[in-house]
Amino acid sequence: MALQILLNLIIAFVWMFLYNDWSASRFTVGYLLGIICIGLLSRFWPHDFYLKRLWAVVKLLLLFTKELFISSFTVMWQIIRPRLAVRPGIFALKTELKSDWEITVLSCLICLTPGTLTLDVSRDGQTLYIHAMDIEDVNELSKQIKDSFERAIMEVTRS
Amino acid sequence: MILQMGEILIGFLVLAGSLISAVSAFGLIRLPDVYLRSHAATKSATLGVLFILVGAFLYFAFFLDHVSAKLLLGIVFVFITAPVAGHLNGRAAYRSGVPLKWSVQDDWAGELKERRANRATPMAKKKNIRQTNGDYSS
Repeated sequence: MALQILLNLIIAFVWMFLYNDWSASRFTVGYLLGIICIGLLSRFWPHDFYLKRLWAVVKLLLLFTKELFISSFTVMWQIIRPRLAVRPGIFALKTELKSDWEITVLSCLICLTPGTLTLDVSRDGQTLYIHAMDIEDVNELSKQIKDSFERAIMEVTRS
Repeated sequence: MILQMGEILIGFLVLAGSLISAVSAFGLIRLPDVYLRSHAATKSATLGVLFILVGAFLYFAFFLDHVSAKLLLGIVFVFITAPVAGHLNGRAAYRSGVPLKWSVQDDWAGELKERRANRATPMAKKKNIRQTNGDYSS
């Protein structure tokens, strides 16, 4: 991925050299041209086209923002309800993610999902212990959400 | 006209942010134990601070013609650090034995006890340390 970005920058600079024009607009045109070249030659690369991964990162950020909004409004609703009807508990979640970086991102995402908070990651990095605010209806639902999170993270790291 | 709309929008953002912060502060009083309180403190407080910072950023950008990059950086930093702080608070509380006041289910307790037992035995034999060191929950 880094190699593709570097190549794209080099193409942009070659474009600027060809015109002997050192302006931002010329650089932008060269960069767009480089994107087209790399996209057309993508089958010669061992990895995928890097814009695809960039798009996955953007989707992850959007997911992050959306979940922050949903979760804080859920928590506020629980707070201002007249009767406190939460059923908190700690449950374990198996994860398929391997590297430290992926697990860190996943636990940050879980901390911001509706009514869940990561308490600990087990020593082997396979299990997350999560404190849930309302475990009865959240247990299944949060598994689904985390599947979507895990998928979104995997799209970024191993595409 | 557009300036007035912008004024209303900024006012709404700042007001919403302060309301959200007030509700999460109320949650600190209302909720029964550390873990539930940290839910309120991490999520709603983060969102409240974000709203206020975005409102301030828009005010500077529209009315004072000054794009403040520091506010944007502040938003990013709060966004990244708040969940980590919540996680660390909860973990430190649990490991030093603060009980869950209400709980339906607790998967972590067994695992933690097993891990402590595995770690404590050889160390205690070797260095003669008290075995109950740090285990306040029993």
